Amino acid sequence: MLALNSNPRLLSVVRGAIEPLAETLGFPAVQRRSITRAVDEALTNIVRHSYGNRLDEPIAMYFRRTQRRCAGKVQQGLEILLCDSGPAIDQQKLRGRPLDEIRPGGLGLHFIHQAMDTVEFTRMGRTNRLRLVKYLSETSNAL
Amino acid sequence: MQISARRNDKTTIFDLSGDIDFANSPEVRQSVLHEIQEIRTSRVIVNLSQVRYIDSSGVASLVEGLKASRDLGSRFILFGLSTAAREVLQLSRLLKVFEIYENEEQALAS
Repeated sequence: MLALNSNPRLLSVVRGAIEPLAETLGFPAVQRRSITRAVDEALTNIVRHSYGNRLDEPIAMYFRRTQRRCAGKVQQGLEILLCDSGPAIDQQKLRGRPLDEIRPGGLGLHFIHQAMDTVEFTRMGRTNRLRLVKYLSETSNAL
Repeated sequence: MQISARRNDKTTIFDLSGDIDFANSPEVRQSVLHEIQEIRTSRVIVNLSQVRYIDSSGVASLVEGLKASRDLGSRFILFGLSTAAREVLQLSRLLKVFEIYENEEQALAS
């Protein structure tokens, strides 16, 4: 578990932790970068939208190994849960935007969905929970 | 993240290095837009070869630079895309939107 506050300066610290974690679990370099990018974008969204750029609000991150059965085979994976105490998020806004329009903004959600196999948002009590899961492909090393 | 500028009469080259994320992308945005909109430099070139990481807010800053330059009839050029920068621009489907060169020599000759 990793507890941090909502200061954007800590984003680099988290990135520095995620990539070696994903490496330890056997993810190849391209997926390590995409997982790191997804977590970074998710944290940025929490800072911006859930906490309105306030710097000292709590964010909790949980990491665990997980697995699923796919086509008769067991796939190992990494599950990351991000929790914040901001107001409830309108889930309609979590879909991202089409990329055919050239304009700044709205790319973060696209990066998250592109990187992860599972992106689930839930509201439990007063907590926003974003669950991200990435499974190792068959060609990747086992955990 | 570090940003520095090299200027001659009609061209400014921004050298970016390190990680561009939500904490520092406003600095990139401000520098680029100032050069385009206030200084009215006719050609702004951004060197991304030393960029280790760039997030969506960094990409947004580049898109804003591109739009501002188009509005004013100037040019906005990228060169030396690092692996991280190329991946993110590809994911954003922006590789063909920007004017991109392999290196500084090619960018200056364009």
